[in-house]
Amino acid sequence: MKNGRKFAAIFVALVLCACAAMLLNQKVNAAGEGKISGTVKLDGTAPHMKGIDMSKDPWCVKANTNETPKMENVVVGSGNGLENVVLYISEGLSGAALTTPAKAIPVFDQKNCRYTPHVLPMDVGEMFKVMTSDQTAHNIHPNPNPMTGNIPWNQSQPPGAPPIEKSWKAPEMIEVKCNIHPWMHGWFAVVKGPYAVTDSSGNYTIENVPAGSYTVTAWQETYGTQTQKVTVAAGQAGKADFTFKAK
Amino acid sequence: MRTRTQICSLCLVIMVMLTLPLVSRAQQTKYDFESRMNMESHVGNITGHAKNGAWVYHRYCESCHGVRGDGDGEVAQWLDPPMWPKPRDFQLGIFKCRSTPTGTLPTDQDLFDTIARGLDRSAMPQWSTFTSQERADLVAWVKHFSPRWANEKPGTPIQIPPEPEVTADRIKAGRDVFARVQCWKCHGVTGEANGPSASTLQDDLGRPIAAFNFTEGSRPKCGDSDADIYRIFMTGLDGTPMPSFADNIKPDEAWDLVFYLRTFMSPPSKEKAIAKQIGLKPVDMNAPAPQQ
Repeated sequence: MKNGRKFAAIFVALVLCACAAMLLNQKVNAAGEGKISGTVKLDGTAPHMKGIDMSKDPWCVKANTNETPKMENVVVGSGNGLENVVLYISEGLSGAALTTPAKAIPVFDQKNCRYTPHVLPMDVGEMFKVMTSDQTAHNIHPNPNPMTGNIPWNQSQPPGAPPIEKSWKAPEMIEVKCNIHPWMHGWFAVVKGPYAVTDSSGNYTIENVPAGSYTVTAWQETYGTQTQKVTVAAGQAGKADFTFKAK
Repeated sequence: MRTRTQICSLCLVIMVMLTLPLVSRAQQTKYDFESRMNMESHVGNITGHAKNGAWVYHRYCESCHGVRGDGDGEVAQWLDPPMWPKPRDFQLGIFKCRSTPTGTLPTDQDLFDTIARGLDRSAMPQWSTFTSQERADLVAWVKHFSPRWANEKPGTPIQIPPEPEVTADRIKAGRDVFARVQCWKCHGVTGEANGPSASTLQDDLGRPIAAFNFTEGSRPKCGDSDADIYRIFMTGLDGTPMPSFADNIKPDEAWDLVFYLRTFMSPPSKEKAIAKQIGLKPVDMNAPAPQQ
């Protein structure tokens, strides 16, 4: 009888442990987290970015009188730093998903007939906002592969339109277009877990990374991906610099 | 002795519990041959069965839409967009004519209607010779090509309020909606598909596509009743540049816009007569954009 009770106790404890493990699996504890930072550079001469002819829409021309707008497939800043490179952890994250701490909702603005930012990174399932600052009509048309679980949609945003709030189901680099202004081209970079995007000098920091060993992936829309192994000690910063070769 | 059996049974229970999540996961992602073949459609009180639709598809649809439903049948190569749009790729599960919001699957009824209606200005004829049962079976067979039907439900059809009476004020209000949401960017201020962006339009697969010319006398792709026109701009035509305007046009305004669009269309209508009577002018595309 005594044995029976003992086993019952062990059994209950094991089941509880299993349940707890399954729950914890999805939420990695936020305490004592480190980060991963670095710089992404371009090796070689930056390719020429074509100027954009906006004459199709006089409003767009007027909005860009100060400088000739250029394509943004490769944006190189000071010290050959590469802008708009998305960095994320492709291997080593335990559990289904890390809970990213509450922060401002990512915003994709249609401003002066361009997308600001050109590349908007976000977590799977994270809500993001699409808004327009322009006095001309746009249609916002992301074109993911429906086989991934991300379904394409197409909504109009005339002047003064309310923002659209959406999220994506699966990791994917999703191209965004406006059919009215064919030069408008941007990206929703949907990744799993913490992410960062490089600034105009090519610098980035992925925050809230728990101690551990990881593979960090850098994605650039023209040059593709590169990976690197990084180890983060509790509360410390891991470092990973990347260099893409100009084609 | 007793303890050993207890240990054994305990181990067994734990093992079973640990494998449970795996089993459920397998069920979620599994979309096998059998479940595809058992795909059904429900239209009114008719139930369509994919297996029964297979032979009709093979006989009448396969030459364009392909054995795999990927829109690459042997005839597809001879169809050149934008004059002749390419056959639909059923594997993607993306359809122009829906009663459901943009980014959602159409209802069985939507697909059923598309088969009978055909698609104007394309190689897709009106398949009105099929019986309702054959069409329902075909809908099930069309659905069996895309794994999306295993994981998603069709969207909720948009609500269309009863059609109000046409008045001169409503037609003028419709003209304001046309100016505000800037339909003319593609369709042109006179509805002749000659807007500034018309020449560069592409579908989701990067193929050239034409905006609808209201004045030519051809029917809109997804039906030519007033309610059909209402539905087209509120749901958008997925896979094409035509977006959904559901967030930016209120239901009452939507009817106004339908009436204004009728003034472009060639068949004689009450709207056309009123527009002529009040001397309605096209919108000015150089005027500052009216606000929401």
